Amino acid sequence: MDAELVRERAEARTKQSRRHTAVTALGPLTALAGLIWALVQPYRITLLEPDAHSFWYLAVQPPLLVILAGAIFHFWVVPGLLADLEEVEGRRKR
Amino acid sequence: MKPPPEVVHWMFAVGFLFLGLCLLAEAIVGREVWRRRSWRAYLWPSVAFLMGILMWPVMVFFTSSAIHMLAHGVWAQAMMVAGAAQLALVRGKLQNQLWNLTVPFALAVSGAAFLIHEQNPWLFSRAAFLHHALGWTALVGAVITLGLCARPRSPVFNAGFALVFLAFATLLFCDRNVAPIFGHLSPLAGTR
Repeated sequence: MDAELVRERAEARTKQSRRHTAVTALGPLTALAGLIWALVQPYRITLLEPDAHSFWYLAVQPPLLVILAGAIFHFWVVPGLLADLEEVEGRRKR
Repeated sequence: MKPPPEVVHWMFAVGFLFLGLCLLAEAIVGREVWRRRSWRAYLWPSVAFLMGILMWPVMVFFTSSAIHMLAHGVWAQAMMVAGAAQLALVRGKLQNQLWNLTVPFALAVSGAAFLIHEQNPWLFSRAAFLHHALGWTALVGAVITLGLCARPRSPVFNAGFALVFLAFATLLFCDRNVAPIFGHLSPLAGTR
């Protein structure tokens, strides 16, 4: 019986850590995609050549926006979500 | 100071990307955890409603023909209906879960609008290819959201719903005003 409980708790911990890891990885993976895009197509970073572009192309640079979206998600959405996830998972374990 | 059409598409793409990330996180942690903070529960419906509103200036300033204007107008209304219904459901003003069907309806209308107003074939130009791809993605999204209405807690349908938005973002980021697709660009596509 004890061994069964230990196994169930270990499974619960594994599930929590998988969800935790997946949510934590979303933002950095998105930012990494933006970084790779910037390296593959450096001409999309118009800041490198500011005189050659008009206002809108300097204001909206897709690879940088992808990095920004990943960063905002990671620093603004993820911390609260992980806190709530840990609370719910902790309550289920008890 | 009017932004070029491709820049408008990229700005919409950022919104779709952020929304897709949030929906994917919701699919991972589950609706119960996601809705523990009210702003998160309201996020998807408000963004859908906002995108419907933002479609109106796109219709006014960026459409060059009657069919473009009608497509964007119908699209704006469908997105606003879906967003408003979802807001009312989250708030509790609407109780009947059948209102969730406004989401597949909006996606089906969006997909049809894309496919009907793009009158060139797939390989005419990159914009034509993306219109077709986005249209079919929206129709696939309509099928996924129908499944989501039937099984709201299904992780597969929830993840599929999020992936539809990430696909929208990717396709919109690929948009250019005039560019070839797979090496092909019609001489009629406006290169000269």
